[in-house]
Amino acid sequence: MQKLLETFLIGLSTGSIYALMSLALVLVWRSTRVVNFAQAGQAMLSTYIGFEIASRSEVFWLGLLFAIAAGALLGAGVDFFFMRVLFKHAVSGPAAVVAPVIATLGLLGLIRSIVGLTWGGEFKSIKSPASTDGFTIGETTIPFSALNLLIIVTVFVILIALAIIFQRTNLGLSLRASAYAPEIAQLAGIRTARTRTIGWAIAGGVGGVAGMLVTSFNFLSPYSLDLLLVFGFIAAVIGGLESMVGSVVGALILGIALTFILNYVGTSLVFIGGFVVLIVVLLVKPDGIMARGKVRRG
Amino acid sequence: MSLNVSNLTVHHGAICAINQVSIAVPTGKLAAIIGANGAGKTTLLRTLSGLKHPTNGSIMWKGEKIAGIKPEALVRRGISHVSEGKSVIPELTVRENLELGAVWRRNAKESKESIDQVVSIFPRLGERIQQRADTLSGGERQMLSIGRAIMAKPQLLLLDEPSLGLAPLVVEQIFQTIRDLTTAMNLTVLLVEQNAMGALKIADLGIVLNLGKVVAINHAQALIDDPAVRAAYLGY
Repeated sequence: MQKLLETFLIGLSTGSIYALMSLALVLVWRSTRVVNFAQAGQAMLSTYIGFEIASRSEVFWLGLLFAIAAGALLGAGVDFFFMRVLFKHAVSGPAAVVAPVIATLGLLGLIRSIVGLTWGGEFKSIKSPASTDGFTIGETTIPFSALNLLIIVTVFVILIALAIIFQRTNLGLSLRASAYAPEIAQLAGIRTARTRTIGWAIAGGVGGVAGMLVTSFNFLSPYSLDLLLVFGFIAAVIGGLESMVGSVVGALILGIALTFILNYVGTSLVFIGGFVVLIVVLLVKPDGIMARGKVRRG
Repeated sequence: MSLNVSNLTVHHGAICAINQVSIAVPTGKLAAIIGANGAGKTTLLRTLSGLKHPTNGSIMWKGEKIAGIKPEALVRRGISHVSEGKSVIPELTVRENLELGAVWRRNAKESKESIDQVVSIFPRLGERIQQRADTLSGGERQMLSIGRAIMAKPQLLLLDEPSLGLAPLVVEQIFQTIRDLTTAMNLTVLLVEQNAMGALKIADLGIVLNLGKVVAINHAQALIDDPAVRAAYLGY
C-alpha cells in the first residue's frame, strides 16, 4: 500500500514536468500546425542560461526566472525569424507540411551545437532548491522528497497562471481564437501573426521551466532533455495534440504509468513503456483522451 | 461615395474571378450583390476586407486607398466582414465570440456596452451568452457572427450570404435586422446573397454580377422591376 502511494506521488512529480513540455508542444501545434522538435533545444539553451545564473547567484529561482525569459525570447525568435519566413515561401503542397518540421529538427541540431561549443559536452549540475532526501513518515523513509513536492507545486502554480491567462484575459482569448480559426480571428481584428509569436514565447518559457526542473535533480548536458521531448510528445498525443488540458492529463497519466513500470516491472522497460502507453491510447482513442466527438464547424 | 471600387480585377491562380469591376456605394446605403454561383460575389467581399489581394484596380474607402491592407488593420478603419457560413468559433462561448470582436479596441467598458447593445438587438444571444457557440442553431449562429461584427463598431459591413441554410422565417428576421441596423447605425452595407429577392427587397441599391463582371447596377426596386433581372435571378 505504501509503495503504491509513493509510486503514485513520484509519478505525479515526473508527470508534472512532462506536462510542461507537452503543453509547450501543444501550444505551438495548435497555433502553427508544427510539431516543434526544436522545443527540446530551446528548453536546453534556456536551461543552460538558467544554470549559469543559478550557479553564479546560488539562487535556483533566479535561474528559473532567467530560463523562462530566455525561453520566451527564443520561442518568439524561432517563430519570427524562421517560421514566418518559412511559411512565406512554402505556401502549399507537401513542402508546406514537411518543411517546417524538418526546419525544427535542423534547429534542434543547430542549438545543440551552439550549446556544445559554448558549454562543452560535460555534465553540469545545479544545487537543488529543496532537499532530495525522502520524507520520513514515522519510522520509514519514502523516496518522495521535498524536491518532488516543490516540483509539483511549481508546475501547479504555472498551470494555474496559464489557465488564468488563457481563460480570463484578452490575450488568452486572442490566442485561442487565432488557434481555432485564424481567419475569423483576423476578421475580428486580431493581429494573428503577432498573437502566434506570443504563443511561441509562452511555449518557450514553459519549456524553460521544464528544463530547469529536470536539471534540479538530473545532470545537464546537450542531450539531457531529449527524453523529456520524447515523453512530452507522447503525452501531447495522448491528450489529442489539440487540447491543453488533455496534454496535462496525458502527461500525468504517462508519468504515473512510467513510474509504476519503473517500480514494479523494471528500469529497462521504462522507455519502451512510454511507447506502449502511446500505442494503446492510439488504438483505443486515436483522437486523444479528451476527444468528445466531432466538433461541428458550421 | 464612401466606398469606391474601380476597375478591380482579382485572380484565383490563373482564373479571373473579378474582372474590371467598378462600383460605388454611398454612406448609409445598403447594396445587395446578387448573381449565380461563381459570379465572384464572395471574392469581391474577400478582396474588400483584405483577405485577398487584387491583381489590378483600386479600392477607395473614405477617400483612402485600402487595397492590400490586412484585414485586422481594415477592422480598425471601420470595415467588418462576416464571412460565409455562420462564421463563429464553435469552441468559444457566445460571450467570448462577441468579446473577440472588440479585443482590438482595448477598452473593457466599451466592450461591455457593445455586448449589451448586441444582446438588445438579438435577445436570443443574451439567453445563451455562456453557452458554447456549437450549441447554437443556424439562425443563432448567424446572429452571433453579425453581432461580433457590430462589436467592432463598423462603418462598412460586408455580409456574405447571411441567409445560407436558414429557415425562411429566420431569413426574414435576419434581413429585417440588417435593414434596421443599416438605418440605425448609418452603416454602409454590402450584402452578398443567393436569395436575390429577399436581398433586393431590403436594399437601396442592387448590383448584379455575372462571371466576374457587373452586368447591372441600379436602384434595388428598379432591378426588381426589370424583366431581364426577374427572369434570370428572381425566377419569375
